[in-house]
Amino acid sequence: MDSSQLFGIVMIAYLLAAAFYLGLFVFKIERVGLIGMFLALGGVGVQTAALGLRWYESYRLGIGHAPLTNMYESLVFFAWCTTLFYLALEFRFKTRVMGAFVMPCVAVAMAYASFSDRIDDQISPLIPALQSNWLIAHVVTCFIGYGAFAVAGGLGLMYLLRQSAENSAKPSSLAGSLPELRMIDDLTHKTIVFGFMWLSAGIITGAVWANEAWGTYWSWDPKETWSIITWFLYASTLHARFTRGWRGRRIAWMALAGFFAVFFTYFGVNFFLSGLHSYGSV
Amino acid sequence: MTTPKKHSLLSLFASVQLALLLLFLLATTSIIGTLIPQNSPYAFYVEKFGPKTTQLLQILDIPDMYNSWWFLGLLALFALNLIVCSLERIPQVIRTLRRDGLAVPTGQLNKFVLHREIALPEPFSDAVDRVAALLRSQGWRARTTEKEGGRFFFAEKGGWTRFGVYVVHCSILVILIGALTGSSAVARKILHNPQFAFKGSIMVPEGESTGHVTAFKSGERIELGFILRCDDFAIEYYPNGMPKTYRSQVTVIDRNKPALTTAIEVNQPLTYKGVTFYQSSYQPFQTYRATVKKQDTGAETSAVITVAKQTDWPEGGVSYGIVNRESQGEVTRRLKIWFTDNKGDPSLFWMNVDQDAVVERPSGTYRLSIRQLYATGLQVTKDPGVWLVYGGCLLMLAGLYVAFFLSHRKVYIFVKPGENGSIFLFAGESNKNKVGFENNFSALISKLEK
Repeated sequence: MDSSQLFGIVMIAYLLAAAFYLGLFVFKIERVGLIGMFLALGGVGVQTAALGLRWYESYRLGIGHAPLTNMYESLVFFAWCTTLFYLALEFRFKTRVMGAFVMPCVAVAMAYASFSDRIDDQISPLIPALQSNWLIAHVVTCFIGYGAFAVAGGLGLMYLLRQSAENSAKPSSLAGSLPELRMIDDLTHKTIVFGFMWLSAGIITGAVWANEAWGTYWSWDPKETWSIITWFLYASTLHARFTRGWRGRRIAWMALAGFFAVFFTYFGVNFFLSGLHSYGSV
Repeated sequence: MTTPKKHSLLSLFASVQLALLLLFLLATTSIIGTLIPQNSPYAFYVEKFGPKTTQLLQILDIPDMYNSWWFLGLLALFALNLIVCSLERIPQVIRTLRRDGLAVPTGQLNKFVLHREIALPEPFSDAVDRVAALLRSQGWRARTTEKEGGRFFFAEKGGWTRFGVYVVHCSILVILIGALTGSSAVARKILHNPQFAFKGSIMVPEGESTGHVTAFKSGERIELGFILRCDDFAIEYYPNGMPKTYRSQVTVIDRNKPALTTAIEVNQPLTYKGVTFYQSSYQPFQTYRATVKKQDTGAETSAVITVAKQTDWPEGGVSYGIVNRESQGEVTRRLKIWFTDNKGDPSLFWMNVDQDAVVERPSGTYRLSIRQLYATGLQVTKDPGVWLVYGGCLLMLAGLYVAFFLSHRKVYIFVKPGENGSIFLFAGESNKNKVGFENNFSALISKLEK
């Protein structure tokens, strides 16, 4: 059994988990949601083992490094972080239906990593620029942030759905299973705060590393610039909430806009723009 | 006339609306520089956008927008906004913290969002003692006073956490000051001392030295005050051909004496007297250093050779040369060698660069090694502001943690004698994490009820 087979199992588990969570959302059968939760939990367990195994395999190849060094590995790690963060939130706040808005995103990331022709899943040796202890600190902090922001985006979408259902003349049965608006709003805010801490830490570890490797902690390379754009966006969201009293709908839209910025920082920069962060390119 | 105008300007800079506007402008204008490549040659923009558009781009400083007057202006406004905003609000926070909790009229306690009234069948004096003991055991340092026929307690925790957000604001200013301190433009144009802070590069051939740096952008020559010699440059490869290590072996010579010898690799820079050298590039030359050793006599020679030119070693009685080579770009990986001792047919063979080859000839065995010659490219930075930037970053993380996760909590307890014992009036408030505080508040009351 090698790590790529395990990642295949994980992908199937996440796809099924997404399907079951969506089933819970549509049919409101508790048991369906419970199966979804166990699939996600099992998936994240197997994925943890697979990440460890891939790490070990890289040492067997004589090029040992943490599995965080190319697009494939980062997508897998994104899926892992997002699922872990989501499950922690589900246990803490007992709202299973959220999974219908988060797990599809995770499943897509995993499936894309596995099936896209543009993504190479080989374990390759580290180029000199990546041979640093800052690699783990930088990638882990960034991706915890990304995971939280993905969940916040899902929550924002959930809020807007529920609200439009409440406002429409004939009550939609679909949105009835969603948690109360006040609660979604509170959770979105908490998730953004959490993500913001980690994004800040991610930018800072990146700056320290850049200074160590290139002699410049900030060089306005597109990846750096988009990360600071994302940071500005969430900073505005937090200020608007704390001082201007923004709640609900506006915050939900900001969570979605923020996730778009995260998505662009993560993917868009690699696909559309060129820069120093070319190891992530495909 | 001037006072109200001044006042309105001040209130503009103290406003969060301006902060939001500036954050929005910084975020959106930053996008431009990610779409239009920065610091490319003029011809590149003309080819890509046409001469008219290029002129417009030049006027707006778009090709170097992050150093343009308007972007730096936005950052300066942002910094000013941060300062004025914080200075205006900090006195308010101090006033909030100075407010005496014991001065709250007991009649107002039941107007708090979080309040509870219970009655317990115990004498008033016991009740007062138990409340004091309970607060102490839970880490609340209470102050107390006689009031309206009863005993009033007030305690608070984490008042200082209200400053967390200003620590974050301050950290951004520290980072900006650090960036200014380390800016080569500031050192050149304002301090008139380019040696104070600079970024540049050097290209040093193996065996040679340099004592000055060519600054980026300005192209200015900056004296280092010491000499750096490149002893050796080497590239190592993984079995699959990917580069594994770029390594420069260098010696620092200070006041005509070698001060230290070390290796510089990517991610492993050398710092000497505040100047840091980073491995950033290399230049392969199409010349090689050949070393030939005759095994039985131990005689050895070394020469710099080029392709398709015969080199003679009369003492060793051999002649050799490179007749063909395999390269990856300008980096030579394998060489085809012609080697003769003028006895019999010459030897013709392929050998890897940087590896020894053993040549058996009628006159004896020879060991041949050939290395390509390089110049190492080092980026050289002197940034005296970097520690301010790092300090600001740490301050920011600490501030964010305090601002988001710690809160200022207050409890008020009024105990008075009741008909069958004592009556307790509880009230509490927290500026953040209200749900968590509500749980603590309830736990406190249930501890008293036990």
